[in-house]
Amino acid sequence: MIIQALTLTLRLAVVVSVILLALGLPLAHWLAFSRWRWKFLVEAVVSLPIVLPPTVLGFYVLVAIGPLSPFGRSYQALTGHSLAFTFEGLVVGSVLYSLPFAVQPMAASFSSIDRKLLDASALLGASRWRTFWRIVLPLGLPGVLAGFVLSFAHTLGEFGVVLMIGGNIPGATQTVSILIYDQVQALDYATADRTALLLLVLCFALLTILYGLRRSSGWNVWGWK
Amino acid sequence: MSASATRTPDGQLSVRLRKCFPGGNGPSFTLDVSLVVSAGITILFGASGAGKTTLLDCIAGLQTPDEGEIAIGETVLFDSQSRRNLPPSRRSAGYLLQSLALFPHMTVQQNVQYGLAALDNSEREARSLEVLESFRISSLAGRRPGKISGGERQRVALARALVTRPRVLLLDEPLTALDAVTKARLVDDLRAWNQRRRIPILYVTHDRDEVFALGEKAVVLEAGQVIAEGPPHDVLHRPQSETVAQLAGFENIFDCAVLGSHPEQGTMTCRIAGSALDIEVPLTRVDPSLPLRVGIRAGDILVASAAPQGLSARNVLAGVITSLQQRDVRVIAKVDCGAEFEVHLTPGARQSLHLEPRVRVWLVVKTYSCHLLQNSG
Repeated sequence: MIIQALTLTLRLAVVVSVILLALGLPLAHWLAFSRWRWKFLVEAVVSLPIVLPPTVLGFYVLVAIGPLSPFGRSYQALTGHSLAFTFEGLVVGSVLYSLPFAVQPMAASFSSIDRKLLDASALLGASRWRTFWRIVLPLGLPGVLAGFVLSFAHTLGEFGVVLMIGGNIPGATQTVSILIYDQVQALDYATADRTALLLLVLCFALLTILYGLRRSSGWNVWGWK
Repeated sequence: MSASATRTPDGQLSVRLRKCFPGGNGPSFTLDVSLVVSAGITILFGASGAGKTTLLDCIAGLQTPDEGEIAIGETVLFDSQSRRNLPPSRRSAGYLLQSLALFPHMTVQQNVQYGLAALDNSEREARSLEVLESFRISSLAGRRPGKISGGERQRVALARALVTRPRVLLLDEPLTALDAVTKARLVDDLRAWNQRRRIPILYVTHDRDEVFALGEKAVVLEAGQVIAEGPPHDVLHRPQSETVAQLAGFENIFDCAVLGSHPEQGTMTCRIAGSALDIEVPLTRVDPSLPLRVGIRAGDILVASAAPQGLSARNVLAGVITSLQQRDVRVIAKVDCGAEFEVHLTPGARQSLHLEPRVRVWLVVKTYSCHLLQNSG
């Protein structure tokens, strides 16, 4: 039971953090360097999941992927089943929910890069793409790694969104946090204790690695500064 | 400005642009420049805030003018009429930013090779080796910018800009942070390099010595406009406006009034305001309704430790040294003759004349070292 939930949770966290890495890099780059006057609106939207109750977010996602919305209907027409109460549905919800945890550290480290370096890169004939890979990404790497680890850890521990979208289906949508809730509901405190401890240790270990890396000189893999 | 930038085939840089910066609360600033830069070093000279860096940014494409035209030879980089605006990456302009902007996570060699991405490996190696060699930084190839000295960093940045074989070179106060010896060597290297390539080089500085050391031509920028242009000596040695005079290093500028003129001798006598000092200056046409000033370079003044006799110079002023200060290889003396003069000497002269504060001296100034200055309107 625990193993099944743990495997599912880890799979979800891996898929979500990888998707968020792919989505987060361009989004963070845009947030860090765009001079668009309405940018603050996008920043507010990206940060929304931090303050929004997970149930609210989960509810809207559930409605959006349900048969009542155009998106839900076309997805069902395409695949033959609804996104609600499936692993894929969980992925969609979790990506939205963990978005700020990936994007904010990345955007912060990108914006701390000296713009003159980007100018210098362009003056030496580099395209924006090359400038991103050769200058922005290496210099912003600490923030990128932080965003990756934080979105992974945050997905591990989420509860409300998963419950709203995925329900509680063992093997499909029952993550560790849902399992603990389940066990407490069944008054099985001994098992709940073990499961909770497992999640606690896992998250603690991840954050220890993250902050340990940041502190130690090993973080500066290239030895500048 | 009606003069349209002329496009010439031999790779001249021609610039005609206007860019307005609305001031917010303060006054607005308008850069309005029309300029042709031929092969060789042109000094762009001006006080800070004159618009020098903005002009370079516009040429390189980091900033966009409101209107105008920028071209290198036949290649139009920017034209507001045809809405052409090449991005910086396609302008083939080498630009040495004031902050140098070396990539901190790359080695010197990687920095230098950054602009050679389009070449194949062997040619890239050859080109970067050649430039590292000619700027004498081969030994630094494997080091990171954080681990080398300021002068070395400047060399690396220059090498990185030049290795791409740009069609113009823009240098934004590249030597300010360097000591005199390092500066001279870098200037020699730049000169030698440009002897072979002959491209237009715009060199921004506010250091008068660099203007004479480097320039074949000087352009003076003030408040966004070109106020003087020509060979460095013409621009700086016979300044017409007080701004140029100050920039050109007239350490001594005094308000004065004409007491009388002697057309038969080609001179006038002027009294320095607030003193009883009368000095002889060249006969100059002045507008009596405008304030008049006289400018004298600190390096044009001779110092004598005894009352001099049998001199051709007409102005001999007795005074007392109030302070002496050595900066680099130059001694700066302040002398009170009724008005305070700044005089520059060599350390050797200071020693042989036993110059100390409170010592009595005589200042000798040739008539033709006194420049009358009047701002026209």
